[in-house]
Amino acid sequence: MSELESTVGRSSVPGPRTEDDVFLSVRDLRIHFDTDDGLVKSVDGISFDVRRGRTLGIVGESGSGKSVTSLGIMGLHRSRRARITGEVWLDSDELIAASEDFVRRQRGRKMAMIFQDPLSALHPYYTVGAQITEAYRVHHPVSKAVAKARAIDMLDRVGIPEPHKRYAGYPHEFSGGMRQRAMIAMALVNNPELLIADEPTTALDVTVQAQILDLIRDLQKEFGSAVIVITHDLGVVAEMADDLLVMYAGRCVERGTAEQVFESPQHPYTWGLLGSMPRIDRAQTERLVPVRGTPPSLINVPDGCPFHPRCPYADIPEDNVTRTVRPELRETVGSGHFTACHLPQEERTRIWTEEVEPKL
Amino acid sequence: MSDDATDLTKRTDAPATTEPLLKVEGLVKHFPIKKGVLQRTVGAVQAVDGISFDVRQGETLGVVGESGCGKSTMGRLITRLLEPTGGRIEFEGKDITHLSVGEMRPLRKDVQMIFQDPYSSLNPRHTIGTIVGAPFRLQGVTPEGGVKKSVQDLLSLVGLNPEHYNRYPHEFSGGQRQRIGIARALALKPRLVVADEPVSALDVSIQAQVVNLLDDLQDELGLTYVIIAHDLSVIRHVSDRIAVMYLGKIVELADRQPLYERPMHPYTKALLSAVPVPDPRRRQSARASRILLRGDVPSPISPPSGCRFHTRCWKATAVCKSTEPPLVELAPSHRVACHHPENAPDQVPTDTEPLAGTPAEDAREVPAADGAPPG
Ligand SMILES: Nc1ncnc2c1ncn2[C@@H]1O[C@H](COP(=O)(O)OP(=O)(O)OP(=O)(O)O)[C@@H](O)[C@H]1O
Ligand SMILES: Nc1ncnc2c1ncn2[C@@H]1O[C@H](COP(=O)(O)OP(=O)(O)O)[C@@H](O)[C@H]1O
Ligand code: SF4
Ligand code: SF4
Ligand SMILES: [Mg+2]
Ligand SMILES: [Mg+2]
Repeated sequence: MSELESTVGRSSVPGPRTEDDVFLSVRDLRIHFDTDDGLVKSVDGISFDVRRGRTLGIVGESGSGKSVTSLGIMGLHRSRRARITGEVWLDSDELIAASEDFVRRQRGRKMAMIFQDPLSALHPYYTVGAQITEAYRVHHPVSKAVAKARAIDMLDRVGIPEPHKRYAGYPHEFSGGMRQRAMIAMALVNNPELLIADEPTTALDVTVQAQILDLIRDLQKEFGSAVIVITHDLGVVAEMADDLLVMYAGRCVERGTAEQVFESPQHPYTWGLLGSMPRIDRAQTERLVPVRGTPPSLINVPDGCPFHPRCPYADIPEDNVTRTVRPELRETVGSGHFTACHLPQEERTRIWTEEVEPKL
Repeated sequence: MSDDATDLTKRTDAPATTEPLLKVEGLVKHFPIKKGVLQRTVGAVQAVDGISFDVRQGETLGVVGESGCGKSTMGRLITRLLEPTGGRIEFEGKDITHLSVGEMRPLRKDVQMIFQDPYSSLNPRHTIGTIVGAPFRLQGVTPEGGVKKSVQDLLSLVGLNPEHYNRYPHEFSGGQRQRIGIARALALKPRLVVADEPVSALDVSIQAQVVNLLDDLQDELGLTYVIIAHDLSVIRHVSDRIAVMYLGKIVELADRQPLYERPMHPYTKALLSAVPVPDPRRRQSARASRILLRGDVPSPISPPSGCRFHTRCWKATAVCKSTEPPLVELAPSHRVACHHPENAPDQVPTDTEPLAGTPAEDAREVPAADGAPPG
């Protein structure tokens, strides 16, 4: 965990750098599931901090462990088959060892979550308004009328037209974009200090996505909350995130500020993601540069570097180390920029500047 | 096969003079809405409502638009998997609008479709060999060298291991299943392939593999594509020309470069501005120039009068509500349906009063965020 110690207070971004500023600290989190096919190592040793007023973006392809991580922080893995180790510090409380009851009391008030599928968070048989009112009353000893006024206010703030009328509507009567807003209203009704948005716009059209992202940003600015945005869309993280964490096969392969990761990405997988993506903001490239192969099974994660079967540079590090030794996150160029890869630094810089960057 | 189609570097200037492979005129599809025990028709979903376009030999026509605007319905109409309510479809000069399943059969080998969902579009109980070989059996043709050999050739063509002939779909990843769907579509050497969201269910890294594959196959086999997608970055990458749809209509149709650089329809402009830019340093400027559309796309059951975009358009005036703008050519090969286009002369310059009750003046405003909440 030496890398964690060095991150704290070591951001390239100006602002307060005390430990107190860190609202969420995840340390060596592991979440494994016992299944009939074997042990699924969905999250396998991941560490990061999120500070108040900042947004951490977590990117990775489907199955890389993003949702399992976020549900783990929220204490929502109830399955007996889930084995969770490590530490999740929320403010000054550790949640993994804490009682279920304690974690439940933090949920909704101190930390809240927006899901990809709003129907998973909204109950079909209760009106949207009743659910938001209830979410407020759980944490605030106020009358129904006060809570209702608060719920209508929230619906208004997330941009739902005619909130008085819509208060009495059922989730299925809302369009996809409106449901997403209603869920955001519910997540934010208690002014949570930590907001986790797991693929908040993946199911939405770009025009609605732009509205929702704008909304999350405005609300964060207003309340100074710590935010985690989880997505597979590099465009979305580039717009939202101050800091960025790239996940592959349940692990963090690269971490730094958004500028660092986009401008001088260090990990071959990050290069692969950037090369795979057609970019509307650049001159047309003739060909995309995909990552070969497919993501690994989390039951049989490849030995050594989990990316080695797909990595074009796997033969460069000496002694076959890439296939036998798991690379730890190490600080590379620039402070606060970490990469888990055996490539020697000169080699990495050369590949990026000579081979990868020119093709993007 | 024209050279233009096989030379990637020339794809911006699509062949302009060749006879269209597919010609669509005034195409309409209304799905009736039935109610009650008597199943009386009480209305219709106007999924596709009078669209006209050509697809030229060897080109890729991209079709974009938001969910529910009629893209898939259009795709299923031109491949004649659906019966049109009105309009006309010509394939190589032959009217195929109302051909029966039997009459369509000989044409099936020329016109193929690739579906959005690589998980549900393959029969889980059939082996890959059976799935990819099905078109041969349906057409009753025996390819040179036999079905098995042809299927194995197809599998290698799309980058799959020919040895996997006897495996089942569940043994493959999403990207591999999409390749299987592509192999099946290519079995009979089609002329036109309509691909409905061919990569949207796939992960970014796999998406790029499939995009490159489609590109290579077009070069190798001289295919003509209609590619439907909602991702504007993917569409720009793959298309020669692009049709933008909104609520069952084509609102803009142009070559790729002019469309992305000088969009004329306000909706196209808003769509393009909404795409998140993967560059953290540009986020401020991207946000500043963003046009935030209010609300959602209206229902296709009772679409707005006149221009269907008028309820969300920041340029709407009285004429927009009363009169439907025709799709007209306002620059060479650049057609747009708008009374007050961007990057082109105003078509109704006398009508300037912003339309009441629309975001005509304040579309750039963020949804209300005033005052701190109580509690
Ligand atoms: N068989 C059907 N019966 C009734 N309505 C239908 C039918 N098929 C499609 N529709 C409706 O027609 C409209 C257009 O649907 P279509 O599937 O073509 O949209 P799309 O542009 O492909 O959307 P997406 O991006 O979500 O795939 C929608 O309102 C849809 O609900
Ligand atoms: N309850 C569970 N039991 C077993 N495996 C699970 C469970 N939940 C998630 N997984 C597995 O964990 C891995 C990571 O999943 P997830 O975090 O949902 O990925 P994503 O990055 O797409 O959000 C996947 O392989 C998934 O199948
Ligand atoms: S450790 Fe080796 S295989 Fe892994 S990313 Fe680095 S070079 Fe590639
Ligand atoms: S200006 Fe009028 S015609 Fe043009 S898109 Fe807006 S509402 Fe439609
Ligand atoms: Mg997920
Ligand atoms: Mg569709």
